[in-house]
Amino acid sequence: MSLTRRRFLGWMGAAGAGTLVGRQAEAAANVHFTGYPDSFAVLHDITLCVGCRSCEAACNTVNELPPPNRPFKDLTVLDQHRRTTSKTYTVVNRFQPASQAPKSIFVKKQCNHCLEPACASACFVRAFKKSPEGAVTYDPTVCVGCRYCMVACPFEIPAYEYEKALDPKVMKCTMCHPRVKNGQLPGCVQACPKEALTFGKRKDILNIARERIHKYPQRYIDHIYGESEMGGTSWLYLSSVPFSQIGMREDLGTTPAPELTSGALGAVPIVVGLWPVLLTGIYAITQRKEKVSAEEQRLAVSQAVEHARQSAELDMVRAMEKAEKDKETAIKQAVKKAMDEAVKAQQEVKA
Amino acid sequence: MSDEKSLSVNKALTPFNMVAGIILLIGMVITILRFTGGLAAVSNLTDDNPWGIWIGFDLLCGVALAAGGYVTSAAVYIFGLKRYHSAVRPAILTGFLGYALVVFALHYDVGRPWRLPYPFIVQQGTTSLLFEVGACVALYLTVLFIEFTPAVMEWLGLKRARTIVVRLTMLLTIFGVVLSTLHQSSLGALYLIAPSKLHPLWYSTYLPVYFFVSSIIAGLSMVLFESTLSHHYFSHKMDKTHLAEADNVTLGFGKAASLVLAGYFTIKIIGIAIADNWHYLTTGYGAWFLLELLGFVALPCLMYAVGVRDRNVKLIRWTAGWTILGIVLNRLNISLIAFNWQLPSSQRYVPHWMEIMVSVFIVTIGILIFRFIVTRMPIMYEHPDYHSH
Amino acid sequence: MPCEFFTLQDFMTYTKGITYILMLVSLCAITGFWLFLTERDTDEPHHHSK
Repeated sequence: MSLTRRRFLGWMGAAGAGTLVGRQAEAAANVHFTGYPDSFAVLHDITLCVGCRSCEAACNTVNELPPPNRPFKDLTVLDQHRRTTSKTYTVVNRFQPASQAPKSIFVKKQCNHCLEPACASACFVRAFKKSPEGAVTYDPTVCVGCRYCMVACPFEIPAYEYEKALDPKVMKCTMCHPRVKNGQLPGCVQACPKEALTFGKRKDILNIARERIHKYPQRYIDHIYGESEMGGTSWLYLSSVPFSQIGMREDLGTTPAPELTSGALGAVPIVVGLWPVLLTGIYAITQRKEKVSAEEQRLAVSQAVEHARQSAELDMVRAMEKAEKDKETAIKQAVKKAMDEAVKAQQEVKA
Repeated sequence: MSDEKSLSVNKALTPFNMVAGIILLIGMVITILRFTGGLAAVSNLTDDNPWGIWIGFDLLCGVALAAGGYVTSAAVYIFGLKRYHSAVRPAILTGFLGYALVVFALHYDVGRPWRLPYPFIVQQGTTSLLFEVGACVALYLTVLFIEFTPAVMEWLGLKRARTIVVRLTMLLTIFGVVLSTLHQSSLGALYLIAPSKLHPLWYSTYLPVYFFVSSIIAGLSMVLFESTLSHHYFSHKMDKTHLAEADNVTLGFGKAASLVLAGYFTIKIIGIAIADNWHYLTTGYGAWFLLELLGFVALPCLMYAVGVRDRNVKLIRWTAGWTILGIVLNRLNISLIAFNWQLPSSQRYVPHWMEIMVSVFIVTIGILIFRFIVTRMPIMYEHPDYHSH
Repeated sequence: MPCEFFTLQDFMTYTKGITYILMLVSLCAITGFWLFLTERDTDEPHHHSK
């Protein structure tokens, strides 16, 4: 990890230690991120979509995906509610909300290219990246295939090549990142005959969307889907009916995905920092207790030993005394015996 | 000599060994299918359900149930409960085997298993909880391996090497507890990123805490459960200390498990209150949640307590099994049953029989290796040449 | 406004990267520090006689 000067200052600033550094620190201390300023976005005006599947066909060609089971001209496919798969980056589904009957509403579905992508937050090899152009790109050369991105994605977009044994990839819309970098439009936007898709800078796209709502309040509900969902997305939607009636979740909230895990991630270094202190502390207390009880035991033992030694000494002294006495009597007796014998001998000699 | 040979062949052909052999055979066939036909050939995983039982059971349950290693070594070496010393080695062995098998199981699940070291050596996705889990599991597996080596060294008679490792016991134990705290909790935190997919009764910002606390319960219960089984099958391998301490271990661990279960129950209730999820309790998922909470948390808590008060070792052992079922139920609820609850039933996941077979295959390998080691190395008894450290 | 990071994701990748390095360093350091802290602890003489 190379530490450039600005990066280092940025880190200092984030840590609250860089107040002296001024402007840069101020910028880095700003914990509110608004995304790449000039990134692109696409507006999908659902009210304009006629369900012709031209976008699906274009997507298939541009991304060189395998040919579909049924041709793109076959509109009966719209009757099922499809999701994106490893062979289709985008699908159009038909909905018939009761309020609009018998009119059908067609909704295009693809990766929404979040400003703060959940897939990128979840990926442990950083295979996903939010590019300055707006696309969330995927790098298959590092992907391990753990599929945590698919668990994380709130829009249920990334798909996986389950049938591939050795080189499965996660597949999803690229927002035609290579084309956009070349100054071209994304395949689907270029193919749309009804201008239901508009490509442009995200801030301009938001303005266009607001303008349409303002101009035609009867035509649109007052909500731009993707403006703040999951922290905002680079695909934005306008609709005539509540989004929940056309298969789009309105209960996702506005919290950017990385924020959902930042608390748990923040606790990790605290555990690393404090657990050893706590555990060593407990260990030290346990050791201390053991030492104290060992000391007490030692004291008790030594007292008992001392007691035993003293009583043994006493016994010894007594034994010695007794021995002494015995000895004395023995000597006396011996002397007496000798004397007696001497006397006897003298008497025998005299006689 | 030839008599002896035929005798050992007869001995090897026990019903257990034959069933294990068949399982291994099927497992190997499925392994070939997996690595030639891809996940589609052997699993029911879909784009909507990217994680099946290989994550829900093998990873989540495997790691939780291998918690006995850190729980026991912490109790003995850090909290100074020396009288449970004989429980350490079996617990560390099962912990090590458990983690090794979890990593082995992941090779089936991930698309390109040879890239598993990529997060550490190629590109670090530091914002991912999975990175955290991976790093800790890799490090902890190393710690457990080193912690286990004294038994191997005693078996092989490497005295000097053993002395060095034994000196590191304290340090390894602390590392083990730190790493376990982190990855046990991070497994729960994996689901923090998907509030829109996990049922609100199970989704909670406390998920990492729940996973950590329940891993302690799982660890204690697994030690009890394993010792029950070991006493049944390997009692001839146990020395006097092990046998004498067994009832003490059971009562002590039962008491600890009861206490931790009580705490776990409390924080689960607080979790409902903090998210104001009371109204979900009256739904179908609510009933299922209550079954888990009352039947597999509150009930074992009480049963453990009664067992300890009455010094009823048998009851404690049965409760341990029940508690383990509860932990498995909890992990499966979070990863499979309450996950993707928003999807219509036609898009929900039901494991393929081959997925289940792979899990059975892996568990069987674990049991066989455990048996191999226990019958050869000083696990259940102290090696006569060495005294406890 | 000069800002190094445009997304929370990039900011977190960077800060968590540093945190991980610090965690590794601190785990090693605490071991050394504990040894430094307890190096001159003298056990009561009886402790050796055992």
